[in-house]
Amino acid sequence: MENTQHKLTKKDFVVDGPVKWCAGCGNFSILSAVQNALPEINVPIEDIVFVSGIGCSSRFPYYIETYGFHGLHGRAAPLASGMKTANPNLSIWQITGDGDAMAIGGNHFIHLIRRNVDINVLLFNNKIYGLTKGQYSPTTPKGSVTKTSPNGTIENPFNPGELTMGAQGTFFARVIDKEPKVMKEVFIEAHKHKGTSIVEVLQNCVIFNNAVHEQITGKDVKNDRTIYLEHEKPMIFGSERNKGLILDKGYNLEVVTIGENGISEDDLLVHNAYDANPNLHYMLGRMTYPDFPVAAGVIRSVKDSTYEVLLDEQVKHAQTDSKINNMQDLLNSGNVHEIE
Amino acid sequence: MSKNGKVIEREDVVVKFAGDSGDGMQLTGNQFSDASASLGNDLSTFPDFPSEIRAPQGTIAGVSGFQVRIGHKDVETPGDLADVLVALNPAALKSNLIWVKPGATIIIDIDNFDNKHYKKAGYVEDPLGDESLQGYNLIKAPITELSRATVRELKLGIDNKTADKTRNQFVMGILFWLFNRNIEDGKQFIRNKFGKKPHLAEANIAVLCEGYNYAETIEALSTTFQINPVQNRKGKFRQITGNVATAWGLIAGAEKSGKELFLGSYPITPATEILQELSNRKDLGVKTFQAEDEIAGVMTAIGASFTGKLAATSTSGPGLALKSEALGLAVITELPLVVVNVQRGGPSTGLPTKPEQSDLMQALYGRNGESPLPVIAATTPGNCFHYAFEAARIAIEHMTPIILLTDGYLANGTELWKVPNMSDIPEIKVPLVKDNDPDYQPYKRDPEKLNRFWAVPGQKGLRHRIGGLEKSDIYGDVSHDPFNHERMVELRQEKVDRIANYIPEQSVYGNENGGELLVVGWGGTYGALHSAVKEMRVDGYDISMAQFNYICPLPKNTAEIFSKYKKIVVCEINNGQFVTFLRSQLPDYKYKQYNKIQGLPFYIAELKNKFQEILEDK
Repeated sequence: MENTQHKLTKKDFVVDGPVKWCAGCGNFSILSAVQNALPEINVPIEDIVFVSGIGCSSRFPYYIETYGFHGLHGRAAPLASGMKTANPNLSIWQITGDGDAMAIGGNHFIHLIRRNVDINVLLFNNKIYGLTKGQYSPTTPKGSVTKTSPNGTIENPFNPGELTMGAQGTFFARVIDKEPKVMKEVFIEAHKHKGTSIVEVLQNCVIFNNAVHEQITGKDVKNDRTIYLEHEKPMIFGSERNKGLILDKGYNLEVVTIGENGISEDDLLVHNAYDANPNLHYMLGRMTYPDFPVAAGVIRSVKDSTYEVLLDEQVKHAQTDSKINNMQDLLNSGNVHEIE
Repeated sequence: MSKNGKVIEREDVVVKFAGDSGDGMQLTGNQFSDASASLGNDLSTFPDFPSEIRAPQGTIAGVSGFQVRIGHKDVETPGDLADVLVALNPAALKSNLIWVKPGATIIIDIDNFDNKHYKKAGYVEDPLGDESLQGYNLIKAPITELSRATVRELKLGIDNKTADKTRNQFVMGILFWLFNRNIEDGKQFIRNKFGKKPHLAEANIAVLCEGYNYAETIEALSTTFQINPVQNRKGKFRQITGNVATAWGLIAGAEKSGKELFLGSYPITPATEILQELSNRKDLGVKTFQAEDEIAGVMTAIGASFTGKLAATSTSGPGLALKSEALGLAVITELPLVVVNVQRGGPSTGLPTKPEQSDLMQALYGRNGESPLPVIAATTPGNCFHYAFEAARIAIEHMTPIILLTDGYLANGTELWKVPNMSDIPEIKVPLVKDNDPDYQPYKRDPEKLNRFWAVPGQKGLRHRIGGLEKSDIYGDVSHDPFNHERMVELRQEKVDRIANYIPEQSVYGNENGGELLVVGWGGTYGALHSAVKEMRVDGYDISMAQFNYICPLPKNTAEIFSKYKKIVVCEINNGQFVTFLRSQLPDYKYKQYNKIQGLPFYIAELKNKFQEILEDK
């Protein structure tokens, strides 16, 4: 029997059976971070649902001890939307990958965001197709050689942050699979946000795209090649904490060094994740190495109405205002001819 | 208003309204039907409109039609040929002349019969000048001119363009006189329609009366028709389209199962009205989700079903094709899901506004893998209510996706439908699981029906995971075990087969003990087939019929019925899909077939000819 008074711990979310990802896969640390975050969101375990599409990442629901639904390739977003709309009380977590969300599910991805259904999306981005063994994905950098691009890809990649902002996203964050504490904190933030939360996880596919993110997340370079954004904190980074971001005279982002050209910490931009205006968030989200550090942390988190709440309100109003309270009322309404 | 002319009593009469697709022909038809219903006539209607919203004015492509048959006895079809044709322009006349009876009354708007309009309609010669209209009672009414003049006299500041939109009321006035309808019913209809625009209501009512007076004055219409009310029929009746009846049947299913209704859908002709109607039924707790595409529509429904709602999706053939992968997901996760497919002419975009029964094979087999699901069909606009309810009942009680087939003919057609009493409709038994049930397993089954049970998120102690990968019997773990897969395939098939134990036996109209010829049909062809068989039985022919609502699984007594007849003919608006299914399911019988694939319903006359031919061929 389940005890409702029981304080949840990570162990409650661990399944009995085996977790069948490749040894060394970045997914393990993400799973662990999720299992660490869930006891802290104060949601009864039976109200949590994990939903996925198809791909390595999408096996996730089988590996976490909650209600779960492993759906169709690309279709996790509408599956999750149906659940949340039908029962807004549920905490819905959608697990997806760069192929699942950006290619076959690209349409659903933007419409989920546009509707702002309160769903937490964890997008595992390893820039490759893993489950089909090594073809390029919509986030694979242009020119990359893969099994289906032996001469290099000739497609421009998507940046999930750009798509999120373009679809009027209310929450976008980026984390690295090697940082369990940051992941846990950001996942909790994603849960707290009412609306669609997109968390891009830079995840490593150890078999087909090993070390794809090392260029920016490697131990020796990470501090210089990423910037961790925190609300109301100056945009400062670098192993010596002496680099920062400003807007130049053309309103473009520019990397500056504190102490050079008269720049001090006070000149740096201060991150405002709550700013309704998405322009700066968009620029921050699309920063790429080597011109810029890659932004991590919660880049955007703004309040807006959510789909399921608005719909529930409409239903409640209709029920209050209407004279039709049951099916028989409806059948008898309008032009009914009584024949005697 | 007294009448001096001759009044002829008729059993029934067929009226066809035709004009430009912006002329309000559908509205006019509905108004006339409604006035007839209030007098106690039975009726059946069928709109016939182009897929373009406003094709070029005056052209054949832009002609929109509405046919209504009103009668003193049971009316089962909108009729083959019209007794009265209203043609507001030459194109409407040209495209409908082959569908009127010899000697019919044809009312035209003479103001539109000029060289400009002839050219648009593709007439080379003036049709009023040649012999093509000889033998008809042609009424050349100055409809445009008189409508404009009437509106002008009201001094409401209405321009001619708006005034032209009242022309349909002039026509209506003529028909009200011609068929002895109560003009007050027509006025009331207008007041309801234009409630928020009193000046338009006033203009339309004035034109209605002008049309009535015009008809009374001219000699060509001195003979009027009387269609008496239907006898021996009591109760509450209403006009209903198949699409609205379908939407309401789903709500009834939700009410009788104690579940909320969720519809995930995407607009598609001719199914869209189901989504529209349910979007207006928030007062009954219905949630609709207009998705970004057909796939998302069905996926949201599957998600809602997982959380314990009565979930449905509505579509037409091309949309069903897009949903097929998701239907496989619903099959393997064994979740209740009602899929309404309002069939239209195919393949591909095909004939979006024309009826066809050509999605039967897609419904039965159009999925990857061994993917069985039940398929049922509605047979009249009104019984779409019952079969939508049945679809909900079977989906929930047997934990399965189900496809309900209707078609554009049922969906947009109306009949006078007896309003059911909700207390006569049985409860739907939901295979629930109690919280913390220690024996719950995701794929543990009911021993009789073989359904699994419906544990939903939010319930304590029942956490489980389902999905598209094959699952182990009983426990529901991901399994690639070869013998388990075979067992699960067999169980899913057996579960659908056993639904036959929970549906009514097939009925036969005519000689239940057997005979010379059994006419077999399914779905929306009921009205025409039944009328043809009925008329032939009156003429002494040994002919019976069985119209199927339950297609997969077939009713258990199907073979027994077939064995009693010397000849069986399967009639379909397709190239022979049900007959192919029957040949595979019940191969011991010889089936003749009659197929029509013109985007048109069957006509009674053609059916009778065919049946006579079969009966005479010894």
